[in-house]
Amino acid sequence: MSTTTAVDMSVSVGGLTLRNPVMPASGTFADGLDRVMDFNRLGAVVTKTITRELRTGNPLPRVVERPGSLINAIGIPSKGVPYFIEETLPYYAAYDTPLVVSISAPTAEGFANLAAELSLSGVAAIEANISCPNIEEDGKAFAMRAESTENVTRLLRQATKLPLWVKLTPNTGDMPDVARAAEAAGADAVVVANTILSMAIDLKTFKPCLGNIMGGLSGPAIKPIILRHVFQCAKAVSIPVIGCGGISTADDAVEYMLAGAAALQVGTATFVQPAAMMAIIEGLEAFCMHREIARVAELTGGVVIEEADEPDLAWLNPPT
Amino acid sequence: MSLYGANIEKREVKFLYKVTGAGTRGLDTLKPGDRLDIMGPLGSGFTLDPSWRHIVAVGRGAGLATLAPLAKAARQNGTGVTAVFSARRPELVVSAELFRDHGAELIVVTDSQSSSGPANVERILRRLISEGRCDAFFTCGSSRLMRVQQRLAHEFKLPGQVAMEQQMACGIGLCYCCVRDFNVEGEIVQRRVCWDGPVFDLMEALP
Repeated sequence: MSTTTAVDMSVSVGGLTLRNPVMPASGTFADGLDRVMDFNRLGAVVTKTITRELRTGNPLPRVVERPGSLINAIGIPSKGVPYFIEETLPYYAAYDTPLVVSISAPTAEGFANLAAELSLSGVAAIEANISCPNIEEDGKAFAMRAESTENVTRLLRQATKLPLWVKLTPNTGDMPDVARAAEAAGADAVVVANTILSMAIDLKTFKPCLGNIMGGLSGPAIKPIILRHVFQCAKAVSIPVIGCGGISTADDAVEYMLAGAAALQVGTATFVQPAAMMAIIEGLEAFCMHREIARVAELTGGVVIEEADEPDLAWLNPPT
Repeated sequence: MSLYGANIEKREVKFLYKVTGAGTRGLDTLKPGDRLDIMGPLGSGFTLDPSWRHIVAVGRGAGLATLAPLAKAARQNGTGVTAVFSARRPELVVSAELFRDHGAELIVVTDSQSSSGPANVERILRRLISEGRCDAFFTCGSSRLMRVQQRLAHEFKLPGQVAMEQQMACGIGLCYCCVRDFNVEGEIVQRRVCWDGPVFDLMEALP
């Protein structure tokens, strides 16, 4: 039943062809990982979010563990644009792997200007982080609402010819609607999703565990929630959906692709096992080989939902 | 957690840790012969200048253990070591034997004997400097004692290094969870304890 025929691991995502669907989630990748993996084996590399302003990040503590999860409020420390151009960009030029640049800004115009400035040779795509829950007051972000998503995406679209990926937040009440707004405004792909706004309290001190009080929940605990978001968003839009939320194993990766993801981002798992992405790539290939699937891309949207058994999901989107 | 011993020939590394959270509770369940998946060495450690004839290591609590491999390396370099050990009570002085085995001279100060205050430690350090037995400071485990050494290092133009701690998530410089502030020529910069440290220039460290 098994076959030795090589699996075609390449996927086409939002204007790019990747050698495989696995890439890091923004903020969980840096040059230090070259000690444990060959960057030329990754589908893509995604930078830590770059902002125009220099940011020192949030007060400490910045992370706290909870069962099956991590809550972080790092606060996007950023060394700014010149550092990226002089240091980061030349460093990754040595690798034959598409470089996706994650950006953030406090205003829609700021996003557009930064995207224009970073549309440089060596940059393969822009990932607009319009969803990081730590940046704005009470965790609000552009991707909380369809209107603000459409507005910022439209300005970004006018500002760059590079493939434009828009990273959405699961903290909104209606992700499919926000995903549709991103697509309508010209996004080439949506990343579903970012961390879930959350909190933890220390029972010794009665103080919040994080210096920022609230933070973003990530890791295996959120996988079933984000998987559902990927399923719903993939149904809502025709642009590719990049799945991101608690992927730790190749089985998780397969599940996400079946739900509708064209590619995958791995974050928290790298903190537990630095070479996790390599194991996921190998496991994904082995899965396809075992199931005699010639192209990994065939998995995307492959979830089998039989007509008679289809559950009534109408309650998820009640008529307004 | 302290890395308190490394023997390349025996392929051994030794850690000292206090059981406080899920990670150390997990480590505590290990039995001899069990396998543990670790990654390292990471970051940058102490460095010894061969021209130093005598160094002073000042540690408090578990910080003492961190300084033990330094004493061993210094001895192999032919550099003398005086170790100032600070603890709450004499019986809490960890790894004293290890330092003696490495040929270090030991000075123990404790809270219970009222000898561990900064003023007394400063007196001890001034004596060592005046005797020509302090070409560099090495320290770990106490902000108060670090500040004493910074003052003396500044006054006598002595170099120094400090091993620092911070809660970490990734350990390989990705996540910026473990940053601390450093004073670099009057400017406050953040550095990652896991990747840029855990050993830093004494004069740049902030408590």
